Amino acid sequence: MNSLIILSSLITPGIGLIFWTTLVFLLLIFLLGKYAWKPILGAIKTREKNIEESLAKAESALNDMRELQANNEKILAKAREERDSLLKEARETKESIISEAKSKAQKDADRIMASARDQIINEKNAAVSELKNQVASLSIEIAEKILRSDLSTDEKQKALVSNLMKDVNLN
Amino acid sequence: MSNRTIILTIFLIFSSLFPAKISASEPTENEVSAHDTIQPATAHHDAKEGKLDMTALAFEHILDSHYWHFWGEGEGTVAAPLPCIIYSNTKGLQFFMSSVFEHGHATYNGYRLEEEKIISEDEQESVYDFSITKNVMQLLLSATLMFWLFTSIARAYKNTGVTSAPKGKQSFFEPVITFVRDDIAKNNIGAKSDRFVPYLLTVFFLILINNILGMVPIGANLTGNIAFTMVLATFTLILTNVNGNKHYWKHILLPPVPKALYIMMIPLEIIGIFTKPFALMIRLFANMTAGHMIVISLIGLIFMFETLWISPISVAFTLFIDILECLVAILQAFIFTLLTSLFIGSAVADHHEEAHEGEEHKAAH
Repeated sequence: MNSLIILSSLITPGIGLIFWTTLVFLLLIFLLGKYAWKPILGAIKTREKNIEESLAKAESALNDMRELQANNEKILAKAREERDSLLKEARETKESIISEAKSKAQKDADRIMASARDQIINEKNAAVSELKNQVASLSIEIAEKILRSDLSTDEKQKALVSNLMKDVNLN
Repeated sequence: MSNRTIILTIFLIFSSLFPAKISASEPTENEVSAHDTIQPATAHHDAKEGKLDMTALAFEHILDSHYWHFWGEGEGTVAAPLPCIIYSNTKGLQFFMSSVFEHGHATYNGYRLEEEKIISEDEQESVYDFSITKNVMQLLLSATLMFWLFTSIARAYKNTGVTSAPKGKQSFFEPVITFVRDDIAKNNIGAKSDRFVPYLLTVFFLILINNILGMVPIGANLTGNIAFTMVLATFTLILTNVNGNKHYWKHILLPPVPKALYIMMIPLEIIGIFTKPFALMIRLFANMTAGHMIVISLIGLIFMFETLWISPISVAFTLFIDILECLVAILQAFIFTLLTSLFIGSAVADHHEEAHEGEEHKAAH
């Protein structure tokens, strides 16, 4: 009988404890929710977000660095290429300048030679024609002088003719 | 989940074995003492025969009390009287200390303490006992402890900021809090879990702390009291049904079965609303009570056999059970919180596909 009473009190919820549990539990939910769980969960979430963001940032920084490195290499390669092309161009320019100068000099020389040749020919022609004229006038003068002296007397005229005639025969 | 269920089943079976032994020993005990032990508290000690009423002793450790008993028996009892608050339909609200009853030997203002119940001598008067009993005292103490503990942790977060690593209490409780948030709440409730995390954390730590306090020799068996588990289960029941969405109610009121089966299915589903939290209530109550009963009955073997030679066995088994109870204390707090979040999860879950709903229905039954 005694144990039955005890057993029934074991499984019969007491009104006092129900009341106090309800009150304390509600208060606890409210107070802890406001002053403990909210800041704690908020802080944990913020930190998680922080860590996540930091990791993402580190990752992106790494990527940026890699990109930068790749970029640098690209720039270097480009610069090298540019240098090569510049050198090549310079060489080409040099060669073209030289060859141009050469050809120009050749041309000039040719032109000078040609004009010199022309001048020489002209001078020569002029000299020849002058010489011809000189010779003609000298011949005429000589002829005149000869004629004057030789034809002063009949004898001399005759001698001359005979001389001339001798020459003709010789021819 | 299946593993957990297996562990739980083992514990339930295991712990149900021992109380059975206790009740089996009761008649013998009563025969031997052959003495009416209605007198509470110290009355279980039979001075004439030098025998102990083990049943009374065991239940004294499990049931609520108007005294906080520390140690000693009879004249050497060291116990703290607790405040009594009673409401009676004739005398109204009354406050006094439980010491006025002198451990059940005295009457006060027409009331006497019988089997830890305040009973009026007047047959017409009905008494409602709102006393700060041992369990209520421990509830208040544990609530204060929790408030101090978690607000100081919250302060630590405010002081150290979110960029530094947690220290001390903070680093001990943070994994537990994140465990409740992620593995218990998020896994079972889903996207809407954030709203319920504060409730689940409060339930988890309140049960855990009181489970542990209950294992301490002078602690009260609050979590093994059916009133306490009933209140918690009722909160789960309310929370689940208040947050139930239209899928949840459709599942109950228009279950996906042929219309002819409605007459059977709908009452079953409605009963189901209540059986789930009812199981929560019984599970925590039975587990904690059973654990305490095993311990007290193992220690009680020494007094039952009246020989010290049994004590090595008693101590060895008690140690084993106590270690097991450490696990059960954590496990029961976990299971209560897990099942609460499962129930809430089933009430707030979105079902976009009818096929999926059908599957779940099959799984649920």
